[in-house]
Amino acid sequence: MDEYVPAPSEQTDGRRVIGSRHQRSIIYLDHVTVDFDGFKALNKLNLVVDYRELRVVIGPNGAGKSTLLDVISGKVQPISGRVVFGQATDLIGLRENDIAALGIGRKFQTPSVYTTLPVWDNLDLSLRRKNKGVFATLLSRLNSDESDKIAQTLEVIGLTNKADVLAGQLSHGEKQWLEIGMVLLQDPELLLIDEPVAGMTEQETEKTGELLQSLTHKHSLIVIEHDMEFVRQIAKTVTVLHEGTVLCEGFVEDIQNDPRVIEIYLGRQKEADAPV
Amino acid sequence: MGAGPAFWVVGVFLFAGVPLLNLLPDDSLFHVSDFTLNLLGKFFAFAILALGIDLIWGYTGVLSLGHGVFFGLGAYAMGMHLMLGIGTEGVYGNALPDFMVWNQVKELPWFWKPFYSLTFSLAAIVLVPMAAAAIFGFFVFRSRIRGVYFSIITQALALVAWLVFNRNETNLGGTNGLTDFKHIQGFSLNDPATQLVMYMVTILFLGLAYLLCRWITRSRAGRVLIAIRDCEQRVFFSGYSPASYKLFVFVISAGLAGLAGALYVPQVGIITPNQIGVLPSIEMVIWVAVGGRGTLSGAIIGAAGVNYMRSTLTNHFPELWPFFLGGLFIAVVMFFPKGIMGIFKKAYSMLPFGKSKIEKAAVTD
Amino acid sequence: MILNPPRFCRAMKVRHDEPDIRFLKRNIMKRSFMPVLFAWLVLFSGSVSSLAIAQESSPASSEIMTMQEAMTSLIEGPWPEKKLAVDYLLKNGDPALLPQLEEFRSNTNRRVRRLIKPVINLLKNKAGLASPDKEDRRAAARDLGARGTPEALPILKHALSGEKEHWVRYDLEEAIHLLNLESADPQVQFASIQKLGDMRSAAALPILQDFANQRAGNLEQQALKDESEKASRRIQKWQDVTRGIEMLLQGLSLGSILLLMALGLAIVFGLMGVINMAHGEMMMIGAYATFVVQEGFRAYLGEHLFDYYFFLALPCAFFVAAFIGWILEGTLIRFLYGRPLETLLATWGVGLVLIQTARLIFGDLTAVQAPSWLRGGAQVVVGVQLPYNRLFIIFLALFCVAGIYILLFRTGIGLRVRAVLQNREMSACLGIPTRKLDAYTFAFGSGLAGLAGSALTLVGNVDPELGRNYIVDSFMVVVAGGVGKLAGTITAAFGIGTLNKLLEPGFGAVYGKVIILVLIILFLQVRPSGLFALKGRHLDS
Repeated sequence: MDEYVPAPSEQTDGRRVIGSRHQRSIIYLDHVTVDFDGFKALNKLNLVVDYRELRVVIGPNGAGKSTLLDVISGKVQPISGRVVFGQATDLIGLRENDIAALGIGRKFQTPSVYTTLPVWDNLDLSLRRKNKGVFATLLSRLNSDESDKIAQTLEVIGLTNKADVLAGQLSHGEKQWLEIGMVLLQDPELLLIDEPVAGMTEQETEKTGELLQSLTHKHSLIVIEHDMEFVRQIAKTVTVLHEGTVLCEGFVEDIQNDPRVIEIYLGRQKEADAPV
Repeated sequence: MGAGPAFWVVGVFLFAGVPLLNLLPDDSLFHVSDFTLNLLGKFFAFAILALGIDLIWGYTGVLSLGHGVFFGLGAYAMGMHLMLGIGTEGVYGNALPDFMVWNQVKELPWFWKPFYSLTFSLAAIVLVPMAAAAIFGFFVFRSRIRGVYFSIITQALALVAWLVFNRNETNLGGTNGLTDFKHIQGFSLNDPATQLVMYMVTILFLGLAYLLCRWITRSRAGRVLIAIRDCEQRVFFSGYSPASYKLFVFVISAGLAGLAGALYVPQVGIITPNQIGVLPSIEMVIWVAVGGRGTLSGAIIGAAGVNYMRSTLTNHFPELWPFFLGGLFIAVVMFFPKGIMGIFKKAYSMLPFGKSKIEKAAVTD
Repeated sequence: MILNPPRFCRAMKVRHDEPDIRFLKRNIMKRSFMPVLFAWLVLFSGSVSSLAIAQESSPASSEIMTMQEAMTSLIEGPWPEKKLAVDYLLKNGDPALLPQLEEFRSNTNRRVRRLIKPVINLLKNKAGLASPDKEDRRAAARDLGARGTPEALPILKHALSGEKEHWVRYDLEEAIHLLNLESADPQVQFASIQKLGDMRSAAALPILQDFANQRAGNLEQQALKDESEKASRRIQKWQDVTRGIEMLLQGLSLGSILLLMALGLAIVFGLMGVINMAHGEMMMIGAYATFVVQEGFRAYLGEHLFDYYFFLALPCAFFVAAFIGWILEGTLIRFLYGRPLETLLATWGVGLVLIQTARLIFGDLTAVQAPSWLRGGAQVVVGVQLPYNRLFIIFLALFCVAGIYILLFRTGIGLRVRAVLQNREMSACLGIPTRKLDAYTFAFGSGLAGLAGSALTLVGNVDPELGRNYIVDSFMVVVAGGVGKLAGTITAAFGIGTLNKLLEPGFGAVYGKVIILVLIILFLQVRPSGLFALKGRHLDS
């Protein structure tokens, strides 16, 4: 891990300061509970992700994986608990766009891109800018620095020659990459990535894995994934969620052999395929 | 604001060419009668409103079924000014508007008084609808009412406004609305020359409205609007507040609707609650749909085209008009979702030289 | 609330000359008709308790002769004799004489007409009191209380002695006490004032208030005055209560109509995400189906079967509307799946076409005649009547809710619908025919609207734009209630219905609606997805 650099948000804004027990955490969830009409999607969940860590979260359906990302990105408000970003920023009560502006980017499970805008405009809109208010955006012009960044990102996601194509005309895998590119251009401290390789070919999957790993140089990541082969490719530490709480946490190899994990994945149906 | 040559050709023709045709002798093939000119003035006033609806629905994907209200606010603001301009020339020879005399109102209500001033009235035409839209929109967008929920709430707004404007005690003329206007700034409204000028003013404002909308839609903010239409969730997570953008565009389109209402009133000579209720509000949407939503020229073509058909059909086959209008709603949605402009573009792209340009043009008009 | 027409205030005004003259006349009459009278009285008191039977079954020759004599002197005699005859008839008249009297009245001059009017009124009410229909008896009693003369007292008392129905007894007693107010005896007056206060008689209120406002000349009158004041206060207090009950009932009734409309809308919206703007027109179709069934009964079946037409009309309305909904789904809506705003516009177009079609077929305004068993109402407490048609609508709404509940939670198809509601893709994967289910659900929702339309014919006229009057309100119900839970729709329907009626008296219907819209918008600030929205991931875009 690289040396600790505080998130920009911590230095500037005057939000109330909450002590984090973990000195180097980028995100810290403390006893977070989410309630959907009596169903506890998250139940007193505790999770700490270190600065510049790539954390993979796995778990069976309904374990609360997507809800976890929803809580961090502000889409769902927990009924209790704290969510601390960086060292001092409490995320509870903030709107999605405010959280995005603080430096948290999110990629959805199903690719969400602007289908009737060209790839270039998709990226341009996602670019990190100081002010994304109506009038600032109305008057803003693309400068060369920004256009360089977009061009670089196009390079990274391999869509350089499709910059003028409408995003809706891209293939599924290309859309996934485009969305990753959009999140990257937000230049977030923390990336939340939900099933990045769902529906990708083997080749695309491998490429995505490489891309995600290369990101740890500059970003922290939380990745949700089902594909265990892919998990083995990218992950060092894995968190297993079950019924809204953390079942266990550890290295990939240990997790794969943990009897509790095998139990929840296999359950009583021994004949079903293990995820491992 | 560099609009293309087509804009200037069409604009100059409508602004100067059509009035010149009006000067031709009556029996000439190209003569445009005073009546037709007046009708065109009305259609193009509607076109300004259609531009506003296109911004909010065509570009942003937010379907408002309450734009008749904003149209009405502008129209009533203008109507009140014209009403006070009648002075003592009314039926009762009273300085109060006739309907107030009829309703035994003794004194001009306070909110009528500022409308003696032309400056105030002109400001109110745009600012009152914008303020109304800002207040309504603030609450509605803030609580993330979207999709059909938004449409339904705005429809309720139209119904409520219609009910309120129909009441006599609101002193807005009740069911009969405001009518019997005599002059505008001393010029008789019955004089063809005044109507000619009104037509030209309408075209002028249509041009300005077009340029404004074009500027907005071509800016980065305009692309945010399209982004909201495509995937509002992504817009959130890219750090924009969709509510602010929607509110902005809702307020702008309300202002355009108010302007359209104000241009409509002196040319048609009457404004009643029935022109601002639920039915006209939803009909306005179909103008844009017919022309082709998401394209500014489509909105103008649609508004003028549907209203032309309306005045022709209701003249000759009044019973058939509802069937036609209903059929239009169904057909546009089912078979021509991109409207007339979509058909044009498709035809153009089939031509050998039209293929390459079309991809990019589809986005920004 | 049944309010008797305000009657003339005759209270406490002494009639100077009449009693003596009357006494004189009676004496004369007694002398000349004594034997006859005696015979008649014997017959009368000895006969069966019901007046009608007594009078019809005992045509004693002497009686008819004397009645006939009175009639003759009334018709042919000079003025004083006419007056005597009237007095006699007021006391002893038989409703059987009515046709004769009516005929006479139409042939005579105004002065005589005025003279015999009280006789005709009294006899009519006498006939009314003997009617087998309790509503007739009540009307007669109320009429006598409002306009009757002291001669009616024995008739009323007699009717009271044989009456078993509670509310008829109430009306009879009320009439007796109202007439007693004119008594010359202050004690009788005092007792009646008290009694009317006990009865919370609405009809007595204006008279009692008048009593209370008059200047008392002596102690006795002062006592009457005080008692009247006390009684009118009690009555007024009670009227405040009944007004509240009334409002609540009206709110419930409006809420039921909204619920009937919104149920179909909410189910379709919940399952398919489609707002059907032609839903109001489905209601209109239901109303016209009812009209057609009614006309059919009138034309092809006898009058005695007419009252049953509603039992056929309800299913007809349901199935016709459901069928048209099914066609609409199959030809239009299924092609617009996932485009809710476009669906909204297209269905609005369908609505326009349907309205114009109905206008061309049926014209502008048609009235449906409610079956006789749905006319009138049941009295629950003093001053509160439950109209049967409103009750019927409330029950129909409850019936539909129960039906939907059973359908959704107790049947296989309901299970499938709920599955699709939660996760369409997954359900499709599990082999649930989601498309078919959509079609059925849409047809069912339209059918419910048809039922609502049929019910609406009970409370109003039928015109092609019938649906438009309620549609925006029922949309508000769906918005405020939230999607996916019946409880939300039900609460919102009754909430908005009652709120409408609560706000109406204070603000007027129009501003009431304005306030409701504002309240809904404010409410959505707190709960953006309505009262009872399902939370969770499946509702996200």
